[in-house]
Amino acid sequence: MVPTASKVLRRLRLNGASVECAFSPNKTLLEVLREDLGLTGTKHGCELGQCGACTVLIDGEPQLACLLLAVDCEDREILTIEGLAKHGRLHPLQKAFIDTGATQCGYCTPGMILSGAALLSANPNPTKEDAKAALSGNLCRCTGYAKIIEAVMLAAEAMRHDR
Amino acid sequence: MIGKRLPRIDAYAKATGQAVYADDMALPRMLFGKLLRSTRAHAQIVRIDCSDALRCPGVVAIADGSELPVRYGILPSSQDETVFAIGKVRYVGEPIAAVVAEDELLAQQALSRIRVEYAPLPSVMTIEDALRDDLPKIHEDSRKAGNVHKEAHLVFGDLEAGFAAADHVFEDDYFYEGNTHAAMEEHSALAQCSDGKITIWTSSQTPHYLHRIAASVLDVPAARLRIVAPFIGGGFGGKTEPFHHELAAAHLARKTGRPVKFTLTREEVFYAHRGRHPVKMKIKTGVKNDGTITACHLQTWLDGGAYGSYGIASTYYTGALTPVTYEIPAYAFDGCRVYTNKPPCGPKRGHGTPQPRFAVEAQLDKIADALGLDAAEYRKRIAVEPHSRSVNGLRITSCGLRECIDAVSDRTHYQRKHAALPLGRGIGLAASTYMCGAGLPIYWNAMPHSAAIVKADRGGGVTVYCGVSECGQGSQNMLAVIVAETLGIDTKDVSVCAGDTDLAPVDLGSYSSRVTFMAGNAARQAADSVRAQIDAVDPERTMPFPQAVALAEARFGPLVGVGSYTPPKDLSGDYKGSGVGPSPAYSYSACVAEVSVDLETGRVDIEKITLAHDIGRSLNPAMVEGQIEGGVYMGVGEAFFEASTFRDVLHLTPNLLEYKTPTSLDTPDVDTIIVETDDPEGPFGAKEVGQGPLVPIVPAIANAIADAIGVRLNATPFTPERILKAVANNDRALRLHAQAKP
Repeated sequence: MVPTASKVLRRLRLNGASVECAFSPNKTLLEVLREDLGLTGTKHGCELGQCGACTVLIDGEPQLACLLLAVDCEDREILTIEGLAKHGRLHPLQKAFIDTGATQCGYCTPGMILSGAALLSANPNPTKEDAKAALSGNLCRCTGYAKIIEAVMLAAEAMRHDR
Repeated sequence: MIGKRLPRIDAYAKATGQAVYADDMALPRMLFGKLLRSTRAHAQIVRIDCSDALRCPGVVAIADGSELPVRYGILPSSQDETVFAIGKVRYVGEPIAAVVAEDELLAQQALSRIRVEYAPLPSVMTIEDALRDDLPKIHEDSRKAGNVHKEAHLVFGDLEAGFAAADHVFEDDYFYEGNTHAAMEEHSALAQCSDGKITIWTSSQTPHYLHRIAASVLDVPAARLRIVAPFIGGGFGGKTEPFHHELAAAHLARKTGRPVKFTLTREEVFYAHRGRHPVKMKIKTGVKNDGTITACHLQTWLDGGAYGSYGIASTYYTGALTPVTYEIPAYAFDGCRVYTNKPPCGPKRGHGTPQPRFAVEAQLDKIADALGLDAAEYRKRIAVEPHSRSVNGLRITSCGLRECIDAVSDRTHYQRKHAALPLGRGIGLAASTYMCGAGLPIYWNAMPHSAAIVKADRGGGVTVYCGVSECGQGSQNMLAVIVAETLGIDTKDVSVCAGDTDLAPVDLGSYSSRVTFMAGNAARQAADSVRAQIDAVDPERTMPFPQAVALAEARFGPLVGVGSYTPPKDLSGDYKGSGVGPSPAYSYSACVAEVSVDLETGRVDIEKITLAHDIGRSLNPAMVEGQIEGGVYMGVGEAFFEASTFRDVLHLTPNLLEYKTPTSLDTPDVDTIIVETDDPEGPFGAKEVGQGPLVPIVPAIANAIADAIGVRLNATPFTPERILKAVANNDRALRLHAQAKP
């Protein structure tokens, strides 16, 4: 039987703030976010790195929180869906998801939006094919991806307009 | 409101991570549960020893079948399950016991300390084996031959005369592989027992049915049981009946006096299953020289897995809707569902109808080819008429089937392209029908199928209370739109209180594409009642809404309206089996698939899917398109990859890496066309769109592949291996086809 490990105390850079949190060192970032920090916007659909539902941004890159140990995330900038809207202002992709009807059950939505937001910051002029490729690691069972891709394209346009 | 592309009322919460799903919930002193699942497909349970596990650190309680002996099943005629296996196990993955502990890891660790001694029995894994008499019965108390669960035999009209009058008779065999919902959210249930009352928060499409069955299994009065469905992360039929973990959570919350949560792992979701039945089919159709159908005999064999689930209904559904699409003067249907040692099959989007639709539409295409008929014109000619009755007695009202066929063939230039594209490229057409809610509830009762309460607050806010579950399809939004439209207010001023058996009146649940039609009508009636009270004080409708409400409240007291919906009584004939198939309305779809097939690799690329759907009236076009796009996507998955298959007794792919679902790169572009027929009984004329658009996808793709390579595939999924084999076996057909093409 594996003994339950003693908790460790770590400081995480999370959604633009510095937070201190004690958690078992065997916990994934997904578990720490959801269970120890109450950030349940990050979802899980497999906990095996297969579905993309737990996507968060680590130093701006989409990563699967179910495959990362939280202790390895120290000194890295973690962004979850809760931290994407700034000062109550939605990220253009969140707005585009709402406007196009890109969210149905909503369970893949946080991961999708974060993967899409990473694409938009790396590539302000994505083609539809770029968008499909960037989101190909995030599974959705409701939408057939059509309105999600539409939302990414719409957000790209809005962000170009804003600049 | 009606017909506008407004954002859904839950979109903001979902886009910001605020929407709460069952596993997001936590209560003080909550325990975590894990299920011990069978490692054998078919075995007697000799002994279960939990003594070691009970001594594991953090373990608070363990339960097995001895504590929960009551049998249940979603259908009153299939009461064949228990929360934990009693006496024997019937599939790998069947729950045997549950542990609750201080955390999930401790519960998981304790599971390995439960010792189960099995006495193995031969397993039954195929339809053929299940029909044999010399293998052990999976359910010993069944009086049917072999491992048959249900047989259905129906005859309408004079079959013999119909076949005698035919100029040609076509007989074909088809097989549709089983597959699963794979909703992104893994099932989760949290239960609490306090003040003598049990509450279960659970990702359930059918809180009302769980309410009834949990009362029986837990032996508590329904009055002391509350079921709440928070946001559900996708259903597709996979969360429409009571599950072991929901009942186990409630039982163990009662036993420990602490809240208990069970969340399934993805692997466990594959064992919970209730997915699409694998179905073998034989179809024999007699036609005149001009294609007019004179008779049709459809036979189906369903591989049901280890338990009944909705299987009796699934069996009838494989036969019920065929005559609701095309004129068939004589029709016979023989269905047979068998038990096998696999996770139970049940309802998945299209419930029992995509399988026979594949057979019917693939064969119709073959008939059109053989008789030299244009497949689109041919289908239009034999399509059912609006406001008619099918040979099996089903009442048809609005029907836009011909409009749908015209829309997709015009948009794609089907007639110009069919049989005219170069070898390797093809175009295929198929059409289909689906119900707008089952005409009968799953347990007999004379009460409404759906009810709603609308309450207007003097501040101008309006709340709709209705038992529907929000599994992503937009049921809450639909209620808000209908009420806002009726009262002339903004949906932002409408709150929806749904999926809660304490707070909302009964709606039977989010299944059978019933919610818009039934709950929508109930909500409209409730809002009309509030409207009438407001109109009594402000007949000219000149006052601001809150002021009018306050005045009405001053005159009448609390401003509340109630509404309900019960389907009409004359929806079907009077025969055994007539309970499955009737619906207050039917939606119609037509699909054109355009494909290219690589003859070297067997890979099929879909260039485009065009789908027209008769929705009656579109309440929100963006959401209607979303349902169509999602239905097409799921149909594409079933056509090419998705398969619940087994190696010996083990599920071959119980994870999302190996159970292939289409990604954004695999999903074709979809051109959707909304056809409106304004149904006379639907709310604002609306019909369903949640399930119908999936149904014609697989046959449209099969027909497109046939057009591309001259080979007809009779079994799903259309894997490269199958395509290459079919091509190799049909070398002559292929050469002839190649010569005939430009």
